[in-house]
Amino acid sequence: MAPVEVIGEVTGESAGRPADPAALRRALRRSERRRQLWAFGLTLPLLGFLVAVFVVPIAGMLKLSVANSELATAMPAATEALRAWDGTGDDGGVPPEAVVAAFATDLEKARAARALAPVAQRLNNAFAGDRTLLQGTARNLPEAPDGSWTATLEALDPAWGEPRIWQSLKRAAAPWTDLYLLQALDLQRDATDAIAPVSADRAIYRNVLLRTFWISFLVTLFCFVIGYPLAYKLSTLPPRLANPLMILVLLPFWTSLLVRSAAWIVVLQREGPINESLLWLGVIAEPVQLVFNRAGVLIAMTHIMLPFMILPLVSVMRSIPKSHMQAAIGLGASPLEAFFKVFLPQTRPGIGAGCLLVFIISIGYYITPALIGGAADQMISYFVAFFTLETVNWGMAGALGSLLLVATLLLYLVYARLVGLDRLRLG
Amino acid sequence: MALPTYAGPLERSWYYAFRIICAAIFVFLIAPILIIIPLSFNAEPYFTFTRAMLTFDPDGYSLRWYEDFWNSTSWMASIRNSFIIAIGATIVSTSLGTLAALGLSRSHMPFRAAIMGVLISPMIVPLIISAAGMFFFYSKINMAQTYLGIILAHAALGTPFVVITVTATLSGFDHSLTRAAASLGADPTTTFFKVTMPLILPGVISGALFAFITSFDEVVIVLFLAGVEQRTIPREMWSGIRESISPTILAVASILIAISVLLLLSLELLRRRNERLRGIVES
Repeated sequence: MAPVEVIGEVTGESAGRPADPAALRRALRRSERRRQLWAFGLTLPLLGFLVAVFVVPIAGMLKLSVANSELATAMPAATEALRAWDGTGDDGGVPPEAVVAAFATDLEKARAARALAPVAQRLNNAFAGDRTLLQGTARNLPEAPDGSWTATLEALDPAWGEPRIWQSLKRAAAPWTDLYLLQALDLQRDATDAIAPVSADRAIYRNVLLRTFWISFLVTLFCFVIGYPLAYKLSTLPPRLANPLMILVLLPFWTSLLVRSAAWIVVLQREGPINESLLWLGVIAEPVQLVFNRAGVLIAMTHIMLPFMILPLVSVMRSIPKSHMQAAIGLGASPLEAFFKVFLPQTRPGIGAGCLLVFIISIGYYITPALIGGAADQMISYFVAFFTLETVNWGMAGALGSLLLVATLLLYLVYARLVGLDRLRLG
Repeated sequence: MALPTYAGPLERSWYYAFRIICAAIFVFLIAPILIIIPLSFNAEPYFTFTRAMLTFDPDGYSLRWYEDFWNSTSWMASIRNSFIIAIGATIVSTSLGTLAALGLSRSHMPFRAAIMGVLISPMIVPLIISAAGMFFFYSKINMAQTYLGIILAHAALGTPFVVITVTATLSGFDHSLTRAAASLGADPTTTFFKVTMPLILPGVISGALFAFITSFDEVVIVLFLAGVEQRTIPREMWSGIRESISPTILAVASILIAISVLLLLSLELLRRRNERLRGIVES
């Protein structure tokens, strides 16, 4: 049937009668949709791949920052009882006997099943010392209560008579927790469940966040101050000279990070070339400590980030016609005036792109500060690695990671607005 | 920017001062990398120029650190691992990335901006976050400390580079060529391999080189995901720098510098070839 219809349409058209416009539109839309599907289908394998190995893991990390499943997994009955408890009790904040009994029974079961360690870790994450309390109590727990469970527990450790541990347990029994996100900002929930700052001796993360931003800011500033003149020079040279020099800028960019970090350790160390030459020149009498401290981190990071500043600046500066400066000077401006009033404003997109890129890459930096910095120069990424690999406190790793991710994505949003993600260049 | 003849003394001195400043910045960029190379031929186990080296005494120089590197089983294993992982990751990311770029460059692509955002996200998200997320995920599905796990993770990191370079190549692609091939009777597969592929090949190869070097240099993911079996060259360097720094590291570093120079030169040649193919005259 179909061929006949087609022939009919064609003969209809050739006879001068217009084809059915609705059918034509339908056919056009169908073919458009087929092309869209085809284009989308080509990106589908990569999209699926990235969702599986990249997006899902990162979503999992975000979830870890609020996950609270330790108590629910190891002590389900106690969790249910604690969830049902309204948080008040006769003794100021100790729950009624039924809840305490459910907890004690489950504690014994979890100990027998060797499932107590994650719960102890979870409680210890919120309050240092609770690991010992829980495990000590579990070890000495009698099979039957001596009178009431409330009294028995209190006899084992007076801490069980205080409302604080029960509030902690109730919070550990909730489906989600804000413990880690609050801790990442040096905050905690006090006995009345209100958000309060942690004591000064335990407050470290705000300091780490500030340090991360401060180091990144300084690196961005140094890169700009050093990169701008060089980019200007590169953009004014004829291609014959500019291309080989550009390769010199790109070489560090292409050299392994580890190689560059090792190079800086060698160059900056106490017996290294810098100290030796300065001693020889008589500038200093004693070798200066340049590595494993803040100075080393700033020098090495500036060196590593510099190409990210220079490349966008050069590409913007090359698009500015030389005649603009010449015209300004011809009209009576001094070279300095011409530079600040005519040239500099036109390079603003390059400045924005370079500075944002350097800042964004810096705040997530791990390798160089870890190798070249001292303990007081570690940035937020160091603590993500520390909590993941060393003290298996995954909630804290997730919370700090989430903060870093949010900061990075917000800055990229600014970048996309200002520069456009399509213009993300790779040298 | 030659100095005009009418320039005053102030302009003249500023002109030369500026040149010196730029030269100093170039020294800052290059010197720390280049200084590694002579130091790697040191005959003594130091990281500094010995008197014999400074007087160009041949006895001050030796290949002992290169021998040390060559005879070390752990370094040799790390070379093998680096190549297995980088080649595997390059194959995965180049094939998936090229396909996606072909889709993205079609004018009929729906939700182009959103999809592009997802596809380049591995380049945007800080490595430490990708590494930690993959560590949690892989430990849950028992893929931590496997070659496959690291290859897939590195492939994900490499895809944005392939997508960006191939999309850039395709932006200058003349689509009437594929229509011409189709009208002459070629089916889509033949058209792709005989017409499209040869034209976008420089872009695909530079994307593949980017993907390769991304994996070859990467250490954060390897730190989180690799066991002793899968240690790569950067991972060995990491422990070398942290634990027992010996000049063998400088020998390895010099070899890596030579590799990056080679890669950089091949990329530059590819870029020129691409411009020639697309008829862009070198400015």
